[in-house]
Amino acid sequence: MTQEIDQPAIVVEGLVKSFGDVRALDGIDLQAAPGTVLGVLGPNGAGKTTAVRVLTTLLSPDAGTARVVGLDVVRDAAELRSKIGLAGQYAAVDESLTGTENLVMVGRLYGERRANAKVRAAELLDRFDLAEAADRIVKTYSGGMRRRLDLAAALVAHPPVLFLDEPTTGLDPRSRINLWETIEGLVAEGTTVLLTTQYLDEADRLADRIAVIDTGRVIADGTATELKDRVGGRRVEAHLSDPAMAAAAVAALAPMASEAPTCEGALVEVQVAQEAGSIMEAVRHLDAAGVSADDVAIRAPTLDDVFLALTGRELRAGTAEQADADLEEVAA
Amino acid sequence: MTRLLPDTLVMAERNLVRLPRSPDLLIGFTIQPVMFVLLFAYVFGGAIVTPGYDYIDFLMPGIIVQNIAFGGFVTALGLSEDLTKGLIDRFRSLPTARASVLAGRTLADVVTNALSVVVLVVTGLIIGFSFDASFVEILGGFALLLLFGFAFSWIFAMIGMSVSSPEAANGIGFTLIFPITFISSAFVPVESMPGPLEAFAELNPVTVVVDAMRHLWLGDPSGSVLGAVAWSLVLIAIFAPLSVRKYRSTASN
Repeated sequence: MTQEIDQPAIVVEGLVKSFGDVRALDGIDLQAAPGTVLGVLGPNGAGKTTAVRVLTTLLSPDAGTARVVGLDVVRDAAELRSKIGLAGQYAAVDESLTGTENLVMVGRLYGERRANAKVRAAELLDRFDLAEAADRIVKTYSGGMRRRLDLAAALVAHPPVLFLDEPTTGLDPRSRINLWETIEGLVAEGTTVLLTTQYLDEADRLADRIAVIDTGRVIADGTATELKDRVGGRRVEAHLSDPAMAAAAVAALAPMASEAPTCEGALVEVQVAQEAGSIMEAVRHLDAAGVSADDVAIRAPTLDDVFLALTGRELRAGTAEQADADLEEVAA
Repeated sequence: MTRLLPDTLVMAERNLVRLPRSPDLLIGFTIQPVMFVLLFAYVFGGAIVTPGYDYIDFLMPGIIVQNIAFGGFVTALGLSEDLTKGLIDRFRSLPTARASVLAGRTLADVVTNALSVVVLVVTGLIIGFSFDASFVEILGGFALLLLFGFAFSWIFAMIGMSVSSPEAANGIGFTLIFPITFISSAFVPVESMPGPLEAFAELNPVTVVVDAMRHLWLGDPSGSVLGAVAWSLVLIAIFAPLSVRKYRSTASN
């Protein structure tokens, strides 16, 4: 059975799922090509987890279709389960078992013989830097170790498609970066990954394509660059030496701007149609007007700007550290 | 369906491997039942009149059945813990037989129940219990206990799949199972209860099983082994499909 190169690994069309009055998924379309990462970006409650649960056969949709590696998530659910791996928001591992026992159990539930399952478990523990902790009970593992074991469990059967539901939520920065590198390695080997996240930097770094979802709908999709371009391209930021010169600077830069420049204190922002040469041009204009600047820089929009522009709301605190602090507040 | 047995065994093994690592659970299976036997035999024993039997002989079949009824608690607690920790999501995303996660639990309960029964019988024998039965009847009694325990484990499986937390499973389990085991012939003759309670106790499957156990182990003429087996099978036939159906549609919260 050869899969055609252009056949998408994940195709979702018009997916709807309601819980009571709440439409968790309100007609979602998604697509991921084999060997790529589809980032599903959205705030808490946007429907990310519901989408993953439908795609991993845990929930059946009310309407719409979803196919993973060509298999329908409802009709071919039983067959599909042997072709996907799922790592959820919480490390879904048995805390009373050792790392090895957890992975051997999962392997045997995929139908492997015990001996083969043991070999695979050792391989994965080694790969995820857990070999030394292999025979320790998971209760003694750190959060990062549990997450790695959880991801290892999702990989036991070499699934061609991997679903990662907020895999780095609650991890410390170093564990996040380790996990990112692991995911990049898997993708390099040809695994297709659907990754949900509320972290913009995570989507920016890992995802080939990003679907931004909010209240159960896809409100934008494309590559990170495409999404950023939609928000209005790039801008030149000039930090003036003297805030009193702001009006003069705005006037001087107006000819090169695609929209009227804005200023805030000593910072003047100019939307530019194209990046090439715009710093030089800005410097020339300012120089000609006799305005001196400490710094002139080009700034590309971030996915933060994208989300803000699309919804009028902040996605959440911009950095992982802040986000974690938020999470802890919620937990407390 | 061909995967049901191997998958169930994998799950049962998982639950049994955990056991020695949870000393609190082990205490629940061994020391706690012994404590109850001693309390009942020596605290209440003197005050309870059991025509035809010494209280210790009357008590042992009853207290063992009560213990067995509670044996499935581990299933309810374990399943609700698996639900809250996301493990049910993981298991449901694997190509396993759909009933295996629950059947693995209830099967593991049979093993722990067997352990409890042995501990209780030995305790009973030490403090004066004696069988009035053939070897086959004694073994038959063991088998009936394990079957009845298996049936109650499926009730607990349903509870475990239906509640939001292990604490809730604990609360519901106790409120449900405590009266059912006490309003029965397990500890006192049902004739000593007020009318409505006596009527309930007569119908109670716990009474049916306790009476069958006294029939098998003490030669009591009144108990019906067939009735006890039938009750157990009916409970399994109701609660096993119900809880598996619940499992198939329940995602972790």
